[in-house]
Amino acid sequence: MILARVVGTIVATRKDPRLEGFKLLIVKPVAPDGKDEAGYVIAVDTVSAGSKETVIVVSGSSARMAEGCKDKPVDASIVGIVDTVTLNK
Amino acid sequence: MFLGRVVGTVVSTMKDAALTGQRLLIVQPLKPDLTATGKRLVMLDAVGVGAGELIYWCRGKESSFPFLPAEVPTDNTIVGVVDDLHLEPSR
Repeated sequence: MILARVVGTIVATRKDPRLEGFKLLIVKPVAPDGKDEAGYVIAVDTVSAGSKETVIVVSGSSARMAEGCKDKPVDASIVGIVDTVTLNK
Repeated sequence: MFLGRVVGTVVSTMKDAALTGQRLLIVQPLKPDLTATGKRLVMLDAVGVGAGELIYWCRGKESSFPFLPAEVPTDNTIVGVVDDLHLEPSR
């Protein structure tokens, strides 16, 4: 899983019928210290994340184990909203 | 599976129901010579590790198998604590 920040939304009318009703968000990976990392991911939101929130994104086939994603064509899911990150001293 | 070191923790209240009660840790992946490689990742803990410990972790769908029959959405899980590591000198 990676930490990421919600930076945008996606609207898609023509899509796989199994994705209907899903909220698609654009997330940007961030390091644990909050710095942006390269790239973007489009992820299905299963926890009602909001704009600019730091979230936990699970990718690969495990993304289908998120709530409601079973047998859906999904390879990245938001499975948690981060409250705090603590790094060891 | 890969080596890593536990470098932090994540707290999340709003999360997938299957993640309830799971510990979310930040792990820095390591090379066998224990130098850092790659980005720090968020992982679940299947064995009960502590801060700063040297661990090994597995990747992919298999990382949810320690929690069966629960279907836990994770793609990285800590599956062992390293007691000792011996590396043959490179030729």
